[in-house]
Amino acid sequence: MVTPMPAADLHIEIRDLRLAYGTKEVIHGVSFDIHRHEILGVIGPAQSGKTSLLRCLNRTIDFTPGTHVSGTVKVDGQDVRKMRNVFELRRKIGMVAPLPVGLPLSIYDNVAFAPRAAGLTRRAELDALVEQCLRQAALWDEVKDRLNSLGTKLSGGQQQRLTIARALSHQPEILCLDEFSIAIDPVTTMRIEEVLKELRKSMTIVLVTNLTQQARRLADRTVFLWNGDLVELGPTEVLFGDHPKDRRTYEYVQGIFG
Amino acid sequence: MNADAQTRFTETPRVRRKLRQEALAQWIFATMAAAMIVPLLLIVGYLVVRAAPSLSLEFILDVPRRGMTDGGIWPALIGTIYLVFLSLAVSAPVGILAAVYLNEYAQDNWFNRLINLAVINLAGVPSIVHALFGLGAFVYAARFGYSIIAASLTLAIMTLPVIIASTREALASVPRPFREACWNVGATRWQTIRAVVLPNSVSGILTGVILQVSRAAGETAPVMFTGAVFFKAVQRGDLLPYYLDEQCMALSMHLYTISTQVPGVKESIPFATAVVLLGLVLTVNAAAIALRVRLRSRKKW
Repeated sequence: MVTPMPAADLHIEIRDLRLAYGTKEVIHGVSFDIHRHEILGVIGPAQSGKTSLLRCLNRTIDFTPGTHVSGTVKVDGQDVRKMRNVFELRRKIGMVAPLPVGLPLSIYDNVAFAPRAAGLTRRAELDALVEQCLRQAALWDEVKDRLNSLGTKLSGGQQQRLTIARALSHQPEILCLDEFSIAIDPVTTMRIEEVLKELRKSMTIVLVTNLTQQARRLADRTVFLWNGDLVELGPTEVLFGDHPKDRRTYEYVQGIFG
Repeated sequence: MNADAQTRFTETPRVRRKLRQEALAQWIFATMAAAMIVPLLLIVGYLVVRAAPSLSLEFILDVPRRGMTDGGIWPALIGTIYLVFLSLAVSAPVGILAAVYLNEYAQDNWFNRLINLAVINLAGVPSIVHALFGLGAFVYAARFGYSIIAASLTLAIMTLPVIIASTREALASVPRPFREACWNVGATRWQTIRAVVLPNSVSGILTGVILQVSRAAGETAPVMFTGAVFFKAVQRGDLLPYYLDEQCMALSMHLYTISTQVPGVKESIPFATAVVLLGLVLTVNAAAIALRVRLRSRKKW
């Protein structure tokens, strides 16, 4: 996909990021920038550190015992590892996990959970926000008549869109999707991809994906991680073209290894 | 192709042997499982038959008469209820809150490993040792004297580790992705616990607590050392006969004394006492099961 490159407005800055679980280092000093309002595709085989990278971004890595992080991750120029109010940071970042997680609450409460946790209590505002998020996640029409039924009773694809609605509910500036399509059908995937193109106007999107073609369809730039190292970062058409800088990139995206 | 299918599905001796083994294995497992019913039926049946001459509502409501050789068990029954209720009123809140800390907040460091070790070992301490500890700590050191409060606290210490363990198990049964989903949207641990973890583990927590009723009601040594007494004059059917700083009678202790210490007790009375104790415990367990079924039917995933 060829879209004009947005003016390189720095949003996230990652410098020499290293992460170890116990003594096993899984990210070996990765540095790159993420621009405002771009879709950055992150591709790479299993164990390449894609998910761990996202968890360093919103500091949910803190919940895993025995991890050691070094280097800096800056969001809007602020070092996330020095942030006092980590909850505010997490609200700035919407996170969608590989498997859909409908919380065992009603559909409405699933989406209203984050705004409520942040202190929003006025019913009218909540109602409007819930509707807006469900519409953005392309789920509103299917659930608008049963907002009080359980989120966990929805189908897998619907739950994944509910998860996206929840990730949007705290009005993030960055949306991280971690292999969001592995549990849902191709039709729903395409619908969500359309949604992402729309959301790109209002936020920065980090799209971790195992489907290299998905990165090719959506991403402005793509970064190829391999075994915890950054192999290549560049415009998507270059990485997927015939002459990426690194041979491994070519082989991976062409399906020769991986 | 037909011939091929026929040879494939014929019964060879090997297949027959496999099927025989399967049938035998199933039979053995089923028999052992069914054998569980036998001792229960034997115990209950034997007790009820031997207790029959004394069993009546009157036996439950009446006080012991003629030097404990006749009459009922009201003071002991109400004493047991006092002890169980008070001990759980202490151990349930402490145990549940401690379990929430251990399961939801505690990092894996030496201090929390030490707490875990303490909980496990405390659960393994024999009740007679708890009794001795209660005697030293609550009766003498804390100057509660031989009293309901000392006995209840002793029982509370005894039930605490098991409540912690069962509560942790109930909390751990709530899948971790739910918590991560909440953390990802900027919720604190407490907001996560309140919104998602506790509502979905409350049935398991309550069941664990209620099952400790039977343990607290059945133990003899801890109450004997710290607050249960041989005889206490109580009005027939009085619902609030004891003050907390007094000693009280208890069913388990009562059963022990009339079975071994008092000569000339009507033969059916110890058995009737045992039936009441067993009935109390089984009633509470049944309530726990009913509660569990009710709450689980609302399970949300």
